[in-house]
Amino acid sequence: MAKFKHFLVAAPYYLWIGLFVILPIGLIFIYSFHDLNGHFTLNNYLNFFKNQTYLLMAFNSLCFAIIITFISLIVAYPIAWIISKFQNSRDFLILLVIMPMWINLLLKTYAFIGIFSRNGTLNNLLASLGLGRHQFLFTDIAFILVAVYDQLPFMILPIYNSVITINHSLINASFDLGASKTQTFWRIIVPLTLPGIKSGVQAIFIPSLSLFMITRLIGGNRVITLGTAIEEHFLSTMNWGMGSTIGVILIIAMILIMLLTKESK
Amino acid sequence: MTGKTIVELKNINVIIDDLQILKNISFELETGKFYTMLGPSGSGKTTILKVIAGFSQPTSGEVFFNGKKINQLPPNKRKINTIFQDYALFPNLNLFENVAFGLRLQHKHNSEISDRVSQILDLVQLNGLEKRSVEELSGGQRQRVAIARSLVLNPKMLLLDEPLSALDAKLRKKMQYELRNLQQRLGITFLFITHDQEEALAMSDFIFVINNGEILQSGTPVDIYDEPINHFVADFIGQSNIIDGTMVRDFVVKFVGKTFECSDAGMRHNEPVEVVLRPEDLDITEVKKGKLTVKVKSQIFRGDYYEIIAYDEDHNKWLIQSTNPVKDGAIVGINFDPEDIHVMRFGEKEQEFDARLETYED
Repeated sequence: MAKFKHFLVAAPYYLWIGLFVILPIGLIFIYSFHDLNGHFTLNNYLNFFKNQTYLLMAFNSLCFAIIITFISLIVAYPIAWIISKFQNSRDFLILLVIMPMWINLLLKTYAFIGIFSRNGTLNNLLASLGLGRHQFLFTDIAFILVAVYDQLPFMILPIYNSVITINHSLINASFDLGASKTQTFWRIIVPLTLPGIKSGVQAIFIPSLSLFMITRLIGGNRVITLGTAIEEHFLSTMNWGMGSTIGVILIIAMILIMLLTKESK
Repeated sequence: MTGKTIVELKNINVIIDDLQILKNISFELETGKFYTMLGPSGSGKTTILKVIAGFSQPTSGEVFFNGKKINQLPPNKRKINTIFQDYALFPNLNLFENVAFGLRLQHKHNSEISDRVSQILDLVQLNGLEKRSVEELSGGQRQRVAIARSLVLNPKMLLLDEPLSALDAKLRKKMQYELRNLQQRLGITFLFITHDQEEALAMSDFIFVINNGEILQSGTPVDIYDEPINHFVADFIGQSNIIDGTMVRDFVVKFVGKTFECSDAGMRHNEPVEVVLRPEDLDITEVKKGKLTVKVKSQIFRGDYYEIIAYDEDHNKWLIQSTNPVKDGAIVGINFDPEDIHVMRFGEKEQEFDARLETYED
């Protein structure tokens, strides 16, 4: 009876997970073994690993994801640290970090088009300073910048949460035992905030592998990643099999990263 | 004990947010002694420790270490180590690495590090536990790791910030002996911070009693116990009966309507004073043999003695320690010797107090 009750309470969640998590992944998996005509094939996978284009795309995605994650980390860490120092106003400051997350990604991205375009805010400013107009939109740097901007809160929040739990007397103890500020940072503070860093890296690196909207709108068609490739296959060439194959490979990559950054305890 | 000064504080004031935490603190600490800073919480004793360790900057005043002014020296450059109240062991490092932390910073050779660490772990009896994570250790073990972590650096002085307060009563007693022992064997200066007067009396060579950011009295445990300077010290250290009285003339004091011979002098004639009598100095006797008559209100069995609460005819409360029980409500006499009476003047400062004692004691 109790078991049945338990099942009833949990049923909506099982249903949810079944319909919206397991079923789609299963479908992607099945599609990835089918060609354009719906016949079973392994060619999609063979294609992926034989075709230079796909490997280059995978490599590109990986590089961009690493760069985006790394820049987010070195920008977010000091921000999280400084916010934690404001004893009285840190809740408010964290709210400021969270607030942009409430705005739709598409809107924010369009705002950047307005800033970066040929006649945009940035170029107007440079022109009025006599520095001329430059190409910002559709460059790698613009793409990385917007990707970092968009995902930064996901790095700041976990690091901030681990920073505020550090017992201040540990830092004093480190100084007391002869450590300089730099030594204290690398030997005590970084190891103690490692869980926050890891979750931040997970939260940014994994989505960065499959970015496609920012890639399209800010990177133009110059930056091609696995995310844009999937979009292309599903929406333009209608090769769902190949799109699914890339999806499966991305899912496997994500699982690997999760395992690599898992808590060691 | 050559009496060489290791640390000196000169006119230290600490003001934080318009609040005066320390008021004109000056003292000298000698090499190889066990000092205790005793005071209630919020008295400023931890701030004194922070000023010496370098975690707090005094608003004014000077700090000297071995004769050199160290106000500007950061904590990591001072040859003084601190044992923190919560021990502050690094949770990301195991026991061995916690102890080796300071040596690793000095880029010592691995062989030297393991030699020195194992030597110090022998001293604090923690060998064999090197690989343990610090979270697996008991309170007493953590405390010893904290001590070992500091001692391995051969500090000239150790500051201990209420290190025993987190331990249970039995372990606390044991650690009191261990700490005292360790200090005497190593011969380094200890400055121990506590709010526990028993701890202070048991362990120290010298005690500073501090309240509201001021040093009220300093001296050996016996001096402070026997001759507290004022109501606060008498009340804070040990148990006491503090009764209002009048100093009739030198060596004669009047309280509860009677005059008694005492061993204090140097006050004005008929000066209002406070009289201290320690509960263990009072003896219960028959009414006619007693110097005072009191009525017993209640008593508690404390194991090695009975603690009796009684009231005299002026409704003064008397705390008496007796090896034998008495009847509740009984009327008994209490007896004491002239030297058991300690007379305190209102508002007397430590210097005046010491000077007055000099005039009639030799």
